[in-house]
Amino acid sequence: MYVEPGIHLMQGDEAIVEGSLIAGCRFFAGYPITPATEIAERMSRRMPQVGGVFMQMEDELASILAIIGASWAGKKAMTATSGPGYSLMQEGLGYAVLTETPIVITDVQRGGPSTGLVTLPSQGDVMQARWGSHGDYGIIALAPSSAQDMFDLVIRAFNLSEEYRNPVVILADEVIAHVREPVKVPPLEEIKIVERRKPSVPPEEYIPYLPDPGEWVAPMPAFGEGYNMLVESVMHDEFGHRIGTDHAAAERTIKRVYYKIEKNVEKIAMYETELMEDAEIAVVSYGSTARTSLRAVREARKLGIKAGILRLITLWPFYDKIIEDIASQVKAIVVPEMNMGKIVREVERAAKGNAEVMSLPKVGGVLHHPDEVLSVIKKAAR
Amino acid sequence: MIPESEFENVLAKKYMRTEIMPHAFCPGCGLGIIERIILMAFEELGWDEWEKTVFVSGIGCSGWVPLYFRRDAAHTLHGRALAFATALKASRPELNVIVVMGDGDSMGIGGNHLIHAARRNIGITAIIATNMLYSLTGGQMAPTTPEGARTQTTPYGSIEPNFDLMELLKAAGATYLARWTTYHFMQAKNSLKKAVKHKGFAAIEILFQCPTYAGRYILNKPDPRDMLQWFKENSVPLTVAKKKDPEELKGKILVGEFLHRTDRVEYTEKLKELEKRAKGG
Repeated sequence: MYVEPGIHLMQGDEAIVEGSLIAGCRFFAGYPITPATEIAERMSRRMPQVGGVFMQMEDELASILAIIGASWAGKKAMTATSGPGYSLMQEGLGYAVLTETPIVITDVQRGGPSTGLVTLPSQGDVMQARWGSHGDYGIIALAPSSAQDMFDLVIRAFNLSEEYRNPVVILADEVIAHVREPVKVPPLEEIKIVERRKPSVPPEEYIPYLPDPGEWVAPMPAFGEGYNMLVESVMHDEFGHRIGTDHAAAERTIKRVYYKIEKNVEKIAMYETELMEDAEIAVVSYGSTARTSLRAVREARKLGIKAGILRLITLWPFYDKIIEDIASQVKAIVVPEMNMGKIVREVERAAKGNAEVMSLPKVGGVLHHPDEVLSVIKKAAR
Repeated sequence: MIPESEFENVLAKKYMRTEIMPHAFCPGCGLGIIERIILMAFEELGWDEWEKTVFVSGIGCSGWVPLYFRRDAAHTLHGRALAFATALKASRPELNVIVVMGDGDSMGIGGNHLIHAARRNIGITAIIATNMLYSLTGGQMAPTTPEGARTQTTPYGSIEPNFDLMELLKAAGATYLARWTTYHFMQAKNSLKKAVKHKGFAAIEILFQCPTYAGRYILNKPDPRDMLQWFKENSVPLTVAKKKDPEELKGKILVGEFLHRTDRVEYTEKLKELEKRAKGG
């Protein structure tokens, strides 16, 4: 049923499928789009084998609503797309946010804007992932750097989506989706899976959008279980009833869907550091760019420059503290990104002027060459 | 809020969230009749069928219809009700999934989902409440606005012809189709009962009176009783229409059961077969 424990040679797009099935994903809806199509293709083969449903929808608008519908049918559900499709999904993503529906969206980023650079990588959607839908809300976005990450992070994404009843975005890119490398699959019993918390009270006592004391979200029943849910896209109160001009109730709902993510950043944030202990120059990087950056940092060390790397795995919520810490240690932070400079704004904000922050943008659909990163590290070290 | 003691309507007490009544519809709005049609159908179908029923709606006045029923209901986005409902039905085929949509949900912004739901022949019952324009936003042109009609966005008269929903869905592959008006509420109730039991994509169009906008702007009949009278006088049952020539039927509302096919296998039945094949059985 699942991929056997052990080491397999897998493409990133394959790894994410196998990881999601182990995480409990039993519904996938999508629309073919380069470079995410392989995910749909493999899902169409694998999903029915594990008793789940694969549906190729008529468009991405339908795909995201379908996974929300499946989630309320009691299934863990995912879609996968790329920039143009991800843009179409933004309204639906907001619906999932306000109705507190756990779903996982994989955006295999390609170069934009518009139809853009169809087959080439980009990190252009990182701000869209945070702010793409209208209104105020919290979102979780994870950035894989390898096929192994695709496997591990999709499981983490499903777990977080259930824990916080919120959409989780996996911001992959064309390089990570298509890279073929060894992926270690641990024995099933070693993999932590978070299951959906169901109401423990009878329907007449259940308040659908009121978290239990000490919790950020309410337990979630499925349709057909007798809880008479109102999955309400209009601003609603704790009962799911539409709010007319009850400003206080609207404020409570908006602040909760914002803070349930933002205030739990310590628990959600994941990152890795290498060679940072005595570093004077830090490279802050994520996704496939982190691989280039690591090489550049190692080259810099050979030249006697004390460089280190921070790889952000969780992009959103943004973990200010780790940047604050690094900024107080190093004299410069280099931020290479496959966009015109986006996460660098967050780094600058969190560094609070304690270190010089240097942006290294790259557009056009190609990875940075390690030498490009190295030359900025050298400049920073002077 | 109406106190429970004064709430005499038996259907409302049995099926509705009386705690959030009165509802938001304008005085004289036909959506209340559509709610009654749905509840009358389930009163006859029985409590067991009601217990297996869930509702999905879009955005617009019609989107509010199922929110007053004491059942699971999703008030989705404008036009996307069928996409949500498709996954719900595919994941839980044992549920009766009823989708309530308006003119824009079904044939405007959500038109693509409608034709694909019909193409798949997925076992969803779509109640398509049409009123010839967009009401929630204040009376603009809809894909159902008759050509020549004046609305808030067609001040010189609409230059676009309206969709014929029955013909559209017939071509797209739906397997049960009926059209009635709120004047024909008994017939609509009977068609809805058939639609709920039908295995495949079933759609019932119910033309309802919007005295506030369609009544004032299109028909010059701001009194809901006059609109119902107009529905009565201008509708022609399909059986009668067959004997008339097309010129006589211009501007008339054809009502009746348009289609009842049993030759297409329902989508979730095929899903079950697909799963067996995938598992090598």
